[in-house]
Amino acid sequence: MIVFDRVSKVYPDSSVALEEVTLSIEPKEFVSIVGPSGAGKTTLLKLFLAEEKPTEGAVYYESANIHSLTKKEMDIFRRKVGMVFQDFRLLPNKTVYENIAFTMEAAGRTDEEIESDVPHVLELVDLTPKVWNFPHELSGGEKQRVAIARALVNEPDIIIADEPTGNLDPANTYDIVQILKKINDLGTTVILATHNKGIIDLLKRRVVAIEHGRVVRDDKSGKYFV
Amino acid sequence: MFWTKVKRIIRTGFFNFWRDSTVSLASVLVMMVTLLVIGLISFSGAILNTTLVELKNKIDINVTFVTSAEEEAILELKHTIESLPEVSLVTYVSREEALTLFKERHASDQSILSALDELGENPLGAVLNIKARDPAQYASVAEFLEGGNALSPDTVNIIDRVNYFQNKAAIDKLTRVISSADKLGFALTIFLATISILIAFNTIRLTIYLARDEISVMRLVGASMTYIQGPFVVLGVIYGVVAGISTLILLLPLTYWLGGTTESFFIGFNIFSYYLRHFLEIAFIIMASGIFIGALSSALAIRKYLKV
Repeated sequence: MIVFDRVSKVYPDSSVALEEVTLSIEPKEFVSIVGPSGAGKTTLLKLFLAEEKPTEGAVYYESANIHSLTKKEMDIFRRKVGMVFQDFRLLPNKTVYENIAFTMEAAGRTDEEIESDVPHVLELVDLTPKVWNFPHELSGGEKQRVAIARALVNEPDIIIADEPTGNLDPANTYDIVQILKKINDLGTTVILATHNKGIIDLLKRRVVAIEHGRVVRDDKSGKYFV
Repeated sequence: MFWTKVKRIIRTGFFNFWRDSTVSLASVLVMMVTLLVIGLISFSGAILNTTLVELKNKIDINVTFVTSAEEEAILELKHTIESLPEVSLVTYVSREEALTLFKERHASDQSILSALDELGENPLGAVLNIKARDPAQYASVAEFLEGGNALSPDTVNIIDRVNYFQNKAAIDKLTRVISSADKLGFALTIFLATISILIAFNTIRLTIYLARDEISVMRLVGASMTYIQGPFVVLGVIYGVVAGISTLILLLPLTYWLGGTTESFFIGFNIFSYYLRHFLEIAFIIMASGIFIGALSSALAIRKYLKV
C-alpha cells in the first residue's frame, strides 16, 4: 500500500508543483495519473522514488516513510520498484542484455539467476533477437521495451511508468500499454503517468486527475475528462 | 557474493575503458603528461645532485713551477705535500707531458701550434696536481704552498703560481648557482606537479560528468554506492596503469635522445644510463602516482553524482 499524506512540493523558485495531495494506492492496483504537462505528475512520481523531498507531508510505502529511509534501506526499497521513463534512460555503453543484467547485479542476484532470467524477460517483451544490440541501435519502441524488461526483471512490487509512450507512435503505444496490462494482471502494482487520452480509454482502470498540483478527480471507472 | 561483486566491478571497469575508447584515450594522454612531469622531476633532482658532486670533485690545486725548476726539487716537494694529512693524491706532470697535453688540447688550433713551434723551446713548466681528502681542506693546503713553507729556506722559489684561488671563486659561484637552481627546481616541481595532477583530476571528473545520467539511473535501480563507484575507481586505476606503462616506454627513446646532450652539458651525467640504472625506482614512482591519482580522482569526482 502506497500513501501520499497531505504532500506539498514547492521548488526553490517558489513554484508550487504539488499542494496537499492525499492519495492511497492498494497493492495490485493499476492507477493512471493524468493531467496536462506541468500539472505535477512527474513530481508525484519523483517524490515516491525519493528523487525529491516533499516540502510538507509524507509518502509511505508499507507504512514506512520513504524519506526517512537510510541509504541501504533506500537501495532495497528501490529494488522493489521498477521504473520506466519517457526518455528510456538506458545505459548507452551496455548492450540490451547488460542493461537488464545490471539491474539484477545491483540487486545482488547470482550469475545463474541472471543467465536464466534475462532471456526470459526479453521473451516477455518480444526482444530476444536484439539481445546483443546497444541502445542506439534500437527503435524508440524497442528501447521502451528494454526499459520495461529492466523494470520487470527483479520482480518488483510496483512498476512506475512516467509517460512511457510519450515518444512512441500509436502502434508502439498500444504494445506498451498491453505489456503494462499483462504485468498488472500478473500481480504487480502499476502507476502510469500520462496525458494520452487514448491510453486511458483503452485501459478502463482507476484514473487520478491532477491539475495545478491538486488532485481534482479520482475515478474508479477510468474515464479521461481533463 | 563478495567475490562475485568484486569480479563484476572489475569487469565493468574494463568494459567502460574499452567501450568509451575516445574518452579513455584522452584521459590516458592527459595522465601521461602528468606522469611525464613527475618522471622528469625525479631526473632533474638527480642531475643537480650529480653535477654538484662532480663539481666538488673537480676542485683541485695545480701548482705550476717555473721552467727552470729542477725535477728533483719538484719531486721532493711532491713528497712533502704527500705527507700532509689533508692531501689524498698528488700527481706529477713533467714539462714534456705538459707540452704534449697542451698540444693535444689545441690540436685543431693551427695558430697556437705554429706560435709554439716558433718559440723553439718548451714554454710550459711542470705541474703538481693536488687533491685533498675534503674540499674544505684546500684552503689550508693552498696557504701552505703560497706561504713558501713547503720549500727549504735556502732554495730559490721554484713555484710559478698556485691556481687554487682563481678556481675557487668560480667553483663557489657555480655551487651557489646550482643550489639555488635546486631550490627553484623544487618550487617549480611542486607547482608543475600540482597543476598536472589537477588537470588529470579534471579530466577524470569530465569522464564521470559524461556518465552522470547513467549514474542516476544506477541509483534509481537501487545499485549500492560501492557498486556504482567501484567500476569508476577501477577505470581510474586502468587509466593510471596504462598511462604509467606508456610513460615508462616513452621515457626510453626520450632519455636516449637526451642522453648525449645531458652527458656533455652536465658533467658526465647520462640521463639514459641513469634511467636504466634506476628503472625500478622510477617505474615504482610513476606507476604508484598514476594509480593513486586515477583512483583518487575517480573516487572524489563521483561523489558529487551519488546524491540522488
